[in-house]
Amino acid sequence: METKVIEIGTQGISPIHRRIQENREERERLSREFGHELHEDLLTLNMGPQHPSTHGVLRIVLTLDGEIIVDAEPVVGYLHRGKEKMAESLRYFQYIPHTDRLDYLAPQINNVAFCRAVEKACGLEIPPRAQAIRVIVMEMMRIMSHLIYIGTTALDIGAASIFFHSFREREDLYDLADIITGQRMNNAFIRIGGVGNDISTETLKRVREFAAAFPGKVDEYEKLLTGNRIWWERNRDIGIIEAEEAIKFSLTGPNLRGSGVEHDLRRVDPYCGYENYDFEVPVGSVGDCFDRYLVRIEEMRQSARIILQAVDKLPPGEIYAEDRRFVLPPKEKAFTSMEELIHQFEVVAEMKVPRGEVYAAVEAAKGELGFYLVADDGPRPHRLHIRSPSFINLQALPKLSRGRYISDMVAIIGSLDFVMGECDR
Amino acid sequence: MELETIAERLGDAVLEIVTEGTKDPFLVVEASRIREVMALCRDDSSLAFDLLVSITGADYPPREVKKKAKKGEPAPESEVVPGRFELVYHLLSTKTGGRLVLKVRLPHEDAPSCDSISEVHPAAEWHEREAFDLLGIRFFGHPDLRRILCCEDWVGHPLRKDYVFPKEFHGISAE
Repeated sequence: METKVIEIGTQGISPIHRRIQENREERERLSREFGHELHEDLLTLNMGPQHPSTHGVLRIVLTLDGEIIVDAEPVVGYLHRGKEKMAESLRYFQYIPHTDRLDYLAPQINNVAFCRAVEKACGLEIPPRAQAIRVIVMEMMRIMSHLIYIGTTALDIGAASIFFHSFREREDLYDLADIITGQRMNNAFIRIGGVGNDISTETLKRVREFAAAFPGKVDEYEKLLTGNRIWWERNRDIGIIEAEEAIKFSLTGPNLRGSGVEHDLRRVDPYCGYENYDFEVPVGSVGDCFDRYLVRIEEMRQSARIILQAVDKLPPGEIYAEDRRFVLPPKEKAFTSMEELIHQFEVVAEMKVPRGEVYAAVEAAKGELGFYLVADDGPRPHRLHIRSPSFINLQALPKLSRGRYISDMVAIIGSLDFVMGECDR
Repeated sequence: MELETIAERLGDAVLEIVTEGTKDPFLVVEASRIREVMALCRDDSSLAFDLLVSITGADYPPREVKKKAKKGEPAPESEVVPGRFELVYHLLSTKTGGRLVLKVRLPHEDAPSCDSISEVHPAAEWHEREAFDLLGIRFFGHPDLRRILCCEDWVGHPLRKDYVFPKEFHGISAE
């Protein structure tokens, strides 16, 4: 069999490297930009797709002048599984577990985002109890995702101990997720029109205990990091992006708020009853890696606060919407009644979403996660587009890293907090 | 802000205001003027849609629309709706929190193209690369139009409705 060399991406030297070599003016322009004369021999360095700090399969083609980054070009797509294409051949209920595999560090936020798009298309009203349960699990997921950020980013920079502290709490959260949803990861707990299970009083007590103790744990992380001279030096004034630029690059989530823009969908465009909870939206001032760190630290405290309120005020009632055309019957009824079993079958196999085009977004742990759904009266979406925050936030990487040292790259990658499953879809 | 007010502000670039048959109302904008419209949406202080949320390409194959027959009359002939590729732009204002959906219907059925808006919103660069990669829509004035999610030697554009799945890839069977 004939073997063929597959040329993927930039081989040899990067385009900008070539431009600098061939074009005197380009070299002078960049020398002016960096404030010093570029050296004659630049280096193109390939970082990834297998690199511990990229948290997945991200490849970055670096053009280096000594230790200074002249340009960084992210190459994505190594984890592309065609999630949008798959949606076109799957029924709506079948697609929910696929959304788990986008941002697998906070799967249930993705579930909610997808279900909200379908619910909006169907015009479903979600009962308050289901909404409150959604809020509880979503905030748990947000904490989980931020714990990964803190643990791994600090680990990449060299502070190993914080990793164990943050993963201790993450383990507690996985245990709770296991009790509530029946799975530790990839829970697929949210249903169209409601949630999979009710939460028992016993579980609520455990969730409450966790949320009440958690701010103390955050103080512990802060003791290890915030005042830590090394952490401070590695993050302060590194990867700065100002508010105006951040908006230009369509950053959302903690990355945008780190630059001082107070924009949080939970506040601006509340969903799932977020308007009923009392919480603050932390913002940064400089827009460097340290600000983004502080924003996430404070967000964890606020998430714990929301969980406490949601647990205390959890309203009684149904966990499924009423419209039987789109909503599954309660599980225990499906097990005991023939009619309900037939109904369950019909909803799963035959549910048709009315024609229409819908965009629904939630404030995910990484930013605005939106699903754009084109429904055509059929049992499957005509087109489903996923607006994944990681994909868009990653675009700012060259902007953040130009002119910095190569060792700062790891801090910047960490502070942008993306996950490749969501980026590549 | 009311959609009509926005449409008025955008002037004659708006071809249509669609509020029926969709949950999110949107404006259909002339394809050749999208860059100008985007710049206006961002810079006009009464609009201030400064953040580009997403660009979605969608493929609508030409489809037959059957009309309902009236009582006692023979069924009227079905109508074929043309026009296949559409681009949907979602915008957000970080100042007011308002959202705006703009749509562009692209001419040229098999080789769709549109002006790039990466000059107005740098974040559009990857969105447009994605639309090029998955749907084969070309963007004029894009600084670096390459595939982004599929690998560079991939054949075809997977999100097109007439896409045929490859039987093999570099000698690896996919069946």
